[in-house]
Amino acid sequence: MTDDPHPHHLTPSYRSTVLRAPTRPPVRPALDPEAAELLDPVYGHQPVGPLDHDLTRQHEGEPIGERIIVTGRVLDSRGRAVPDTLVEIWQANATGRYAHPVDRHPAPLDPNFTGSGRCLTDADGRYRFVTIKPGAYPWRNHPNAWRPAHIHFSVFGTAFTQRLITQMYFPGDPLFAHDPILQSVPRPQDRERLVCAFDLDTTEPEWALGYQWDVVLGATPFEED
Amino acid sequence: MPAPSLPPTPSQTVGPFFAHALPYAEGPFAVPEDHPDAIELHGRVLDGAGEPVPDALLEICQPGLFGRCPTEADGSYRFRTARPDTYIPLLVFARGLLKPVWTRVYLTGDAPFLAGLDPVRRGTLVASPSGERSYRFDVRLQGDRETVFLHHVPPRG
Repeated sequence: MTDDPHPHHLTPSYRSTVLRAPTRPPVRPALDPEAAELLDPVYGHQPVGPLDHDLTRQHEGEPIGERIIVTGRVLDSRGRAVPDTLVEIWQANATGRYAHPVDRHPAPLDPNFTGSGRCLTDADGRYRFVTIKPGAYPWRNHPNAWRPAHIHFSVFGTAFTQRLITQMYFPGDPLFAHDPILQSVPRPQDRERLVCAFDLDTTEPEWALGYQWDVVLGATPFEED
Repeated sequence: MPAPSLPPTPSQTVGPFFAHALPYAEGPFAVPEDHPDAIELHGRVLDGAGEPVPDALLEICQPGLFGRCPTEADGSYRFRTARPDTYIPLLVFARGLLKPVWTRVYLTGDAPFLAGLDPVRRGTLVASPSGERSYRFDVRLQGDRETVFLHHVPPRG
């Protein structure tokens, strides 16, 4: 499908795909409206706490870095708001280091930054996070490989088939052209939709820079008009 | 169906560093231990060389139930969930998967959807009994015994 915005599984420039990309064409099942894949996922184990959206207030002190607000709307394929859906994010700290034991990047950890948050969208489908701008970081995909700064997003939607995990990038990053993960998205106009926009109206004076980024979920087979 | 007006946001890999964000203690347990229809669903995620995938995240969704389980160093996962009427939808994210893969876990080979699949491959969707109320289901991302994966996005007009 030439208008498919998603990456191909096999993207050899991203080395880890070589042994993990499925090689057989996927089977398209006929889904009836009661199909289990179309259920609204129930993720009721963990209620969302009032400070879960603020990654700068999860520890005793404030994290080091450029404080930012990241907000936007979760929309369906017709542009309608998806209210009350769970959005989860995670990211590196300002130095480009994740609070994860596998991350060996020799950059400092920040005791005041874990780098994970979540929130529910409001009636307009809007999410809002307060965090610090993540740093770029090196990885071992190829010589001198660096990931552009990004925030990982996980979004649910109203049907399990809409489940999306992706990455949001920051405008004008010089690493875009060198990043096989962003470049795995075939078309430039689709890559651009992974980049947030700086927004002065979202920016709070004397406090934090603001960025806007909307998420559009995939269509479901039985969407109402 | 009229053509959707907005293209979906492209998928990107979950990457290797989701452990501090997405897994949670109750995630693998979609039902309590004493649930009358509780079953254990376990297995491994393997790559094209048959090596374990230690950084995958699996999710299941059934009526009123949701489960999430990361794989261990040996590629293993373990859910407790309810015996399904037909199948359990299973979604797999991993480092090296730029978009997730969908599959289905059937507990028996007797289902119309399975009958329509290549007979050589349909067994990849059928879990093996591995004890009382326990089923084993391995996910092979690639190779001779690659799991049948599904595509759920409708054609765009």
